[in-house]
Amino acid sequence: MGAITNEFMLERLQGQFGNKVKSSEEPFGMLSVTIDPSSILDILRWLNTDRILKFQFLTDICGSHYPDLKGQELCVVYHVQSMENNIRLRLKAYVPIEKPELPSVTSLYASANWMERETYDFYGTIFTGHPNLKRILNADEMDYFPLRKEFPLEDATRSDKEDKYFGR
Amino acid sequence: MDETTLKENKINQQASTTEHEEFHTQYTTLNLGPTHPATHGIFQNILTMDGEIIIDSEQTCGYIHRAFEKIAERRPFYQITTLTDRLNYCSSPINNMGWHMTVEKLIGVEIPKRAQYMRVIIMELARISDHIVCNTVIGVDTGALTGFTYLFQWREKIYDIFEHICGARLTTNIGRIGGLERDFSPEVYKRINAFLAEFPKAFTEFCTLLERNRIFFDRTAKTGPISAERALNYGFTGPNLRAAGVDYDVRVADPYSSYEDFEFQIPIGVSGDTYDRFMVRQEEMWQSLKIIRQALDNMPQGKHFADVPEFYLPPKEDVYHNMEALIWHFKIVMGESDVPKGEVYHAVEGANGELGFYLVSDGGRTPYKLHFRRPCFIFYQAYPEMIRGGMLSDAIVTLSSLNVIAGELDA
Repeated sequence: MGAITNEFMLERLQGQFGNKVKSSEEPFGMLSVTIDPSSILDILRWLNTDRILKFQFLTDICGSHYPDLKGQELCVVYHVQSMENNIRLRLKAYVPIEKPELPSVTSLYASANWMERETYDFYGTIFTGHPNLKRILNADEMDYFPLRKEFPLEDATRSDKEDKYFGR
Repeated sequence: MDETTLKENKINQQASTTEHEEFHTQYTTLNLGPTHPATHGIFQNILTMDGEIIIDSEQTCGYIHRAFEKIAERRPFYQITTLTDRLNYCSSPINNMGWHMTVEKLIGVEIPKRAQYMRVIIMELARISDHIVCNTVIGVDTGALTGFTYLFQWREKIYDIFEHICGARLTTNIGRIGGLERDFSPEVYKRINAFLAEFPKAFTEFCTLLERNRIFFDRTAKTGPISAERALNYGFTGPNLRAAGVDYDVRVADPYSSYEDFEFQIPIGVSGDTYDRFMVRQEEMWQSLKIIRQALDNMPQGKHFADVPEFYLPPKEDVYHNMEALIWHFKIVMGESDVPKGEVYHAVEGANGELGFYLVSDGGRTPYKLHFRRPCFIFYQAYPEMIRGGMLSDAIVTLSSLNVIAGELDA
């Protein structure tokens, strides 16, 4: 069997899920698909059991925050790979910051447990159906989500790095 | 503490729902860690014990969390290398190279073959030093201190080589975006050749000491096993996955830095137990030596850096006498080099699994988002399942054989 191309993957995914697949791009050769957040579990389950694609390995889950995208501020990025076909795929699900909920994939992958906890810990995304969604790396009593963009890292009074000094 | 109460409730529940009640079985809660000498790092495991059998365990991590992903959002690209040093600090060069390659992928730079081969040599030396730590410590935890003290001399010699390449030993900050900071000096070649000539003798002695040792075998075989299916489900990568019988290695599946030029084998195990993990690492060290020899023999001529003046620092003497070099120097040091927008995932085969970098750039001076896929963080989740029903002393050996590094776990 020849190598599976990104076009083939995208076609197959769209054929199965139709409008749940919102957009796609191919940065640096990796197919990156934006999907409907509520369907992430269904899509990953289908990818796992599909007899051709065989995406049976969850590589990574992480979050990202885009304050300018109103109504879809938080993004959860899933990297899956098919060891048999030697291909990788990136799935992105955007959720609003007021109600950042999407289904947990822990029922499918045991590895998702801590990855989702980490994403929750830093971005506050709620994974419904997660068995133990609590903070993992930060202190339990913390009351904010530190990787969101509204928390600057450095001292706000510091002025030596202002853009005007660099002609920006 | 809340957790302790939770734990007690759990134990009470368990006790009341089983027939143990009539025998008045009492479970003991034991804190293994966070700073126990046997855990080799800051790990806490709250164990529920029935005598010496582990009934259940709960892990805590984050003790040395240093918010690298947040810090990275304020740092220019070249300054992030020092953060990667502190992930898996037993093999910092692999992390450094992984990061350089991620940025090179983003800015679209192909580095010269010579630099790629030099990187391979450095990365394989780092892999050997990492595996020396892991395997000798398995020996220590089973009561064989000799191998540890003996092989650690060789780890020192690897660090001496790193020192001659870049000036640092443990947290190396080795290499630059676009190549390496300098070519290998004759002294480096001399030391690598000496290492290649002498290390196999010492290593063979270490192999004879443990590989067929009855006591060691009894302590490690069938200890902390995991099936291939569970290992994949738990996101295992690296030697731990290969010990369970899956021949996945990023160096072969998705070759980077010219790994496709080298002839080497991927050792795999069968049962995924501590002994298999130990043996896979042993064999990987032999394979790494083989790769280093090939890289030295076929070292291409050419430069050790690519032509990327906006990222690769000019030679210091030029900076003082050449206007253009001074401008580049200033721009690089101040982190003012332009970076294209983009989204990259790049993975390298770290010493304990697939180390991935997910980088989102919005064209600014710093990454918009950087996520490290840390292999330890992902496979350490399986630890309770692997030690359940075993003895406490086996749990210690299993932990060392997984090669969980606190710095990488907590990032």
